[in-house]
Amino acid sequence: MDFSIALILAQDGMTTGAVYALLSVALVLVFAVTRVIYIPQGEMVAYGALTIASLQSGKLPATAWLLLALGMVVFAMDGWRHLRHAANRGSLSRSALAHLVWPLLMLGLLHVLPSPSLLGQIALTLGVVAPLAPLIYRLAYEPLADASVLVLLIVSVAVHFVLLGLGLVMFGAEGVRSQAFSELRLHVGPLTLTGQGLSVIASALLIMACLSLFFGYSVAGKALRATAINRLGARLMGIPVAHSGRLAFLLAGLIGAFSGVLIGPVTTLYYDSGFLIGLKGFVGAIIGGLVSYSVAAGGALLVGLIEAYASFSASAYKEVLVFTLIVPVLAWRSLTSHGQLEDDE
Amino acid sequence: MSRARVWVAGRYAPSVCVLLIVLAGLAPVPEYWITLANYIGLYSLVALGLVLLTGVAGMTSFGQAAFVGLGAYASAVLTTQYAASPWVGLLAALALTLVAAAALGAITMRLSGHYLPLGTIAWGLSLYFLFGNLELLKKFDGITGIPAIKLLGFDLNSGRHIYLLIWFTVGLAVLALLNLLDSRTGRAIRALKGGLLMAESFGVHTARTKLLAFVLAALLAGLSGWLYAHLQRAVNPTPFGLSAGIGYLFMAVVGGAGQVWGALIGAALMTVLSDWLQGVLPALLGQSGNFEVIVSGSLLILLLQRAPGGVWPMLVSGVQRLRPKSTGTLPTPVGLRTPALASALPRRQQPTAGSTLLQVQAVRKTFGGLVAVNDVSFALAAGEILGLIGPNGAGKSTLFNLVSGVLPLTAGRVHFMGQRVDGKPSRWLAGAGLARTFQHVRLLPSMSVIENVALGAHLRGHCGPLASVLRSNRREEASLLAEAGRQLARVGLGDYALREAGSLALGQQRILEIARALACDPALLLLDEPAAGLRHQEKQALAAVLRQLRSEGVSVLLVEHDMDFVMGLVDRLVVMDFGTRIAEGVPQEVRRNPAVLEAYLGGVD
Repeated sequence: MDFSIALILAQDGMTTGAVYALLSVALVLVFAVTRVIYIPQGEMVAYGALTIASLQSGKLPATAWLLLALGMVVFAMDGWRHLRHAANRGSLSRSALAHLVWPLLMLGLLHVLPSPSLLGQIALTLGVVAPLAPLIYRLAYEPLADASVLVLLIVSVAVHFVLLGLGLVMFGAEGVRSQAFSELRLHVGPLTLTGQGLSVIASALLIMACLSLFFGYSVAGKALRATAINRLGARLMGIPVAHSGRLAFLLAGLIGAFSGVLIGPVTTLYYDSGFLIGLKGFVGAIIGGLVSYSVAAGGALLVGLIEAYASFSASAYKEVLVFTLIVPVLAWRSLTSHGQLEDDE
Repeated sequence: MSRARVWVAGRYAPSVCVLLIVLAGLAPVPEYWITLANYIGLYSLVALGLVLLTGVAGMTSFGQAAFVGLGAYASAVLTTQYAASPWVGLLAALALTLVAAAALGAITMRLSGHYLPLGTIAWGLSLYFLFGNLELLKKFDGITGIPAIKLLGFDLNSGRHIYLLIWFTVGLAVLALLNLLDSRTGRAIRALKGGLLMAESFGVHTARTKLLAFVLAALLAGLSGWLYAHLQRAVNPTPFGLSAGIGYLFMAVVGGAGQVWGALIGAALMTVLSDWLQGVLPALLGQSGNFEVIVSGSLLILLLQRAPGGVWPMLVSGVQRLRPKSTGTLPTPVGLRTPALASALPRRQQPTAGSTLLQVQAVRKTFGGLVAVNDVSFALAAGEILGLIGPNGAGKSTLFNLVSGVLPLTAGRVHFMGQRVDGKPSRWLAGAGLARTFQHVRLLPSMSVIENVALGAHLRGHCGPLASVLRSNRREEASLLAEAGRQLARVGLGDYALREAGSLALGQQRILEIARALACDPALLLLDEPAAGLRHQEKQALAAVLRQLRSEGVSVLLVEHDMDFVMGLVDRLVVMDFGTRIAEGVPQEVRRNPAVLEAYLGGVD
C-alpha cells in the first residue's frame, strides 16, 4: 500500500465513517431518551436509499403506502382511545393531521411531481421515510415504555425483522445505487477528491452542527436532554416524556433517512443492507458508551477508516475486523468501570 | 374434568410426555413430524442454555448460534478431514466450545446492562464471518459428507434414527438444569439477578459465577451443534449467523425466560409457527416476499406487549386456577426433601466475649471537597450491640459502606478480629465473618424464603456445578437447607419457608435478611437501618428479634437514625453528625448529652 492508496482509502473511510457517525449520534439520542437500543435504525437507512432510488427511476416508492398504512393504524388507536377516555378534541385532530393528512399529502406530491429535482427528491424521501420512525415508536415501543432495556431490545430486534420483511416486499431483492450528487473531481496533489465524498462529509458536519444548536438552544432540544438525564425529574418539570420519545424517534428517522440518501450513491444497497450499516454505527455508539455524542461520532469515524483499510488489505475479513474491534473496546469499558458493584439499571 | 383429576394429570404430565416422545420415535409417525421434532429438540438445547444465562442469571446473549456453529464445525472437520469418529468429534466440539466460551466470556461477562447483548452481537457476527471465510471450513460452501453417529452398533443415518438420541439429550439437559438450579451453585447463579453487591456480600464470586453460566449455556449450544452436524450430514455458515442467534433468544423469551420448561415450549412454538407460516403465507400472499418474518416479528411484539413473562407462566397460572387449593407455596427444594441426610454445618470459632471485635481508627471518606466521614474512631466488643446513630445526612451510611467494604477509605484503618480489613472486597469480608443486611431490601423476590436464607450459607458449602448436576451434593444440600430452616425458626419466620420472598411484608423481609445474614455464621452482624420504613408493630417485632439475638450473645453493629428504636436495644451508642463523632456512651448518658440534643432537636440560640 503506497501513500496515494492510503489517502484514497482514508477518503473512503471518512466518507462512510461520516455516515456511521450520523447513525451513532441518532442511536445515542434514542437510547438516552427512551432506553431503546434502536436496531431498526439500519432499516431507515436502507429505506431512505431505496426510496430515493425508486424516485429517480420514476416509480412511486412503496414506503409512501407503508407510511399511510401505519398512520391509519395509529390514528385508529388514537380514535379508539378518544372514544373510550374522551380525550380532548384537539389531540385527535392533531393525530389526524400527522397520521392521515401528512401521508396523503406525500402520496399526492409524489403523484403530482413525477420527476422532481435532486433537492425535491431528498425532501420527498425525508418526508416519507422519517415519519415512519415515530409511528414505529407509537406501535411497538410506547406500550412498553416502562419495560426493561432487555425487553425493549428484543422488541427492537423483532421490529428489525418486520421492517426487513417489508423491505423485501416493497423493493424486491435487487440492489440499487442512486445517482451521485455531483460528478465533481478535484485533484489536490496525489489525491482525487470526489464531489460525492465531500458532500457526504459536509452534510454530516452540517447535521451535527444543527443538532448541537438544537440541543443547546431550543426548548424542545433542552427538554429532550432533560428527559435523557432523568425521566422522572423531567416529567415532574412538566415535560411530556412520551412526546420526547416521539421527537427522538422523529430525529432518528430524519438522520437515518438522510444517511441513506448520502450513502446511496457511494455503495450498492439492498433491502437488507441496513442492518450491518446500523450495527457499525452501533460500534461507534458503544465506543461512546451510548452516552457521549462526540466520542460516539469519533468512534464511528474510526470504524469507517478501519473498514476502508481492512477492505483493501484483507477484504474477506473486513466484517470480522470491524466487529472484533468492539471486543477490546468493551474490555476497556469494563476495566474502567471496574469495582462498581452496583448495577446501573 | 374435575379439579382433582386435573391435579393428578399435572402430577404425571412429565412421565406421560416422556412416554409419548419415546413412542413417537418407534411408531410410524410421518417423516415430516419427526424432522420437525428433531429441530425442536436441537433448538430446545440452545434455548435451555439461554434460560440459564438470560432468564436465570440475567445476561442476554444474541451469539449462541455461533457456539452451535463451533460445535458443528469442530466435529465436521474432524470426521471428514481426519476420519475421526463422531464421538471424538463430540469431545472436540465440547472442548472447543468450552475454550471459546471461556475466552469470550472472560471479556464480555464483565459488562453490565446493555453492553453485554451488544457485545454478543459483535462476536456472534465475527464468528459467522470467520466460518464463511476460513479455507479449512470450505468458506461459504460448507462441509459435506459428514458421517452418521454410530451408537451400540446402529448407524443413526436418518432423522428417525437420530430422533431418540436428540430427545434423550434434551431430557438429560432438562434434568441437569433442574438439578443445577436447585443447588448451592444454582442459588449463586440465581443471586446474580438480585444485584452483584448482594451476591458478593454472601461470598458469591460473581465474575466466576457469570462465567460459569455463560460456559454452561455455550456447552449446551455446542452440543446442539454436534447433533445438528450429524443430523444434516453437512454444515455451512448460514444457520450459525446472527439471525439464528436472535431466533434462539426469541424462543427463550417466548417460552418464558427463566423457566426450564419454557425453553421447550418456546422452541416448539417458534418452530411450528415458522414452519406453518412458511407454508400458509405464500399461498395467501404470493411468493414474492419473506412474509414469515413480518408476521412472526409482529406476533412477538404483540406477545411482549400483552405477556412480557412469556407463554409458560401464562400456562402455569392457567393450570393453577384449576387446582383444588392453591396454597401459594413454591416447590420444596431437594435439600428439604431428605432431612435425614442433614448434619450440622461446621461453626466458626467465635471470639471470646468482651474482646475487641471491630476497631475503627480515624476513618475518613471524602467525595471531592465534601468530607462525608471525618476521622471517626470507635471500637466494638464481642457480644455487644453497638448502635451507630445520627440524624439524616450524618454520614452513617457512608461509614457503614466503609466498614462493609463497599466504598474505599480515603484514610484510616479498620481492624476486624485483629486483622486489617479496610480495602478488602465484600466477598472476603463475608468469609471473615462479617454479615450484613441492606437498607433497601435485597432479596430474590421470586425465590422461596428458605432458599434466600440458604444463599447466606453459601460459604459454608463447597459443592460445585458438577456435583449439583449429578446430585452428588445431597448431604450438603440437606445440611445447608436444614441450617437455613434453623435460622428462619430462630427469627420466627419458620412458617413462611416455602413462600415467595417477594410476597412477605416489608418488616418480614427485613427480618428475613437478618436470618440470611445469620446463616453465614457471622462473628459480627452489620444491620443497615433495619427499622427504616417500618410500621410501629413491625418495629416492635424487629426489636424482639434483636433482643433475642442479644440474649444469645450475637455481636451487632446497628446503624439507625430512629433514636427511640435503638434506646432500649443497644449496649452502647456512637452518635454522628455532619460526618463527625459527637458522642459515645451508654444510652442514658447519650440521651442527656447536649451535643446530641442539639443535633437531633436543633440548638437553642
